[in-house]
Amino acid sequence: MSTVKVITGNHAASFGARDCRAEVIAAYPITPQTQVVELLSEFCADGVLKAKFIKVESEHSAMAACIGASAAGARAYTATSAHGLALMHEMLHWAANARHPVVMANINRAMGPPWSIWTDQNDSLAQRDTGWLQFYCESNQEVYDTTMIVFKVCEQVLLPGMLVLDAYILSHTYEPVEMPDQELIDEFLPPFDPPYRMDLDDPHAFGALCTPEWYMELRYLIQEAHEKALVTAREVEKEFTKTFGRSYGVVEFYRCEDAEEVIMIAGSTASTAKDAVDIMRKQGRKIGLARIKLFRPFPNEEIRELASKVNKLIVIDRNISFGNQGIFFNEIKACLCNEKNRPPVYGFIAGLGGRDMKIEDITGIVEQADTCDIEEILWWGVKL
Amino acid sequence: MTEVKFKTAHDLPPCSISVTNELTKTGNWRNAKPVFHKEKCIQCGICWKVCPNACIILGEYPEWNMDYCKGCGVCAEECPKDAIEMEDERVMI
Repeated sequence: MSTVKVITGNHAASFGARDCRAEVIAAYPITPQTQVVELLSEFCADGVLKAKFIKVESEHSAMAACIGASAAGARAYTATSAHGLALMHEMLHWAANARHPVVMANINRAMGPPWSIWTDQNDSLAQRDTGWLQFYCESNQEVYDTTMIVFKVCEQVLLPGMLVLDAYILSHTYEPVEMPDQELIDEFLPPFDPPYRMDLDDPHAFGALCTPEWYMELRYLIQEAHEKALVTAREVEKEFTKTFGRSYGVVEFYRCEDAEEVIMIAGSTASTAKDAVDIMRKQGRKIGLARIKLFRPFPNEEIRELASKVNKLIVIDRNISFGNQGIFFNEIKACLCNEKNRPPVYGFIAGLGGRDMKIEDITGIVEQADTCDIEEILWWGVKL
Repeated sequence: MTEVKFKTAHDLPPCSISVTNELTKTGNWRNAKPVFHKEKCIQCGICWKVCPNACIILGEYPEWNMDYCKGCGVCAEECPKDAIEMEDERVMI
């Protein structure tokens, strides 16, 4: 029997880690992530979760401890946010380059200064090139479900993975979350069994020096693993649907079948955008929504196929790469630039630092895209 | 040390680990080695306690695992009875 609990996004992440049987958890508290590790430490203290909970003095150490645990063959889990993630930066490279499938929940929080605890995606997107897989979630149920998916994909390709959810909109908002039978989960996610691990009977040097003769080849293997991760993510998604009945997709398409224009977005704003799509559909616009769930590896094929069928793409970025444009906007354009038939792509910067994204914001953006200059960097709702 | 030859990226282990476990034997970094004088030893165990590499095996008397001893001389320095002496191992070219 599956159970349904009404819980926050943060607790959905904790329950996800519990049901995936994380074996080592090392974390440092930071708003808005604190509740994730608060509940996990309770699970460990109460013996509900047979894991070693390591208290550390910083996020850098938290990731270092997870790397050590993973190297020893344990399923390692952590969670953080914004400045905590930034402090981990060095260790993020280490986890990916040493091929340790550590899984982490990152609660998207805007970077300071000015201090902000509200959501935007600049913290996680700034870690784009560290080699981590990144999955952006839309609901608390998806946070719980994706924990299983991330562990499964990451452990197959030996890369670390980040589960990303919006501060407050998901992290502190209560929603019903269905948790399947532990037996089913155990069947879906067998124990972690890495091909290489620290072993007293067969000692090896880990993370040793590598001369220019072979460094590039090790980097090539990581790229190859990312390409494999994309295929694996699609397969694991199908298996997840078969086992648990829910499906998301590496890109989720909403009313895109006959759409002439499509909004592209990641994170919880997609929920609002779906309502906006319904309203605009009623008004006669043939519009759809593509929610990018998987950001690394980037789902190029799905996006190219979508682009070949529509007249216009409107990308809404809750982030910005300063001196250039929205990050998803850049990535989507890069993925389409060598296609013969590609639609115009419009990019909007919106909702930074947790500014509300309402239905009228989405419909307003779509209307502005009817008349605006495509070369412009479009800031939605900024007071000028 | 075992010599391992690779031809392509796919011959490598995915992570940067040493392909032989010879690399973990770090004793060849040493340029001095401890010489033990059993007759002076009072079996206090201080050398075992202070060795930063934990390479002293404490039986009735101390024994050094030379695969890991770096020749730092801490044991010799701390021995209250001067039962350990450091011998220069450097080779002059």
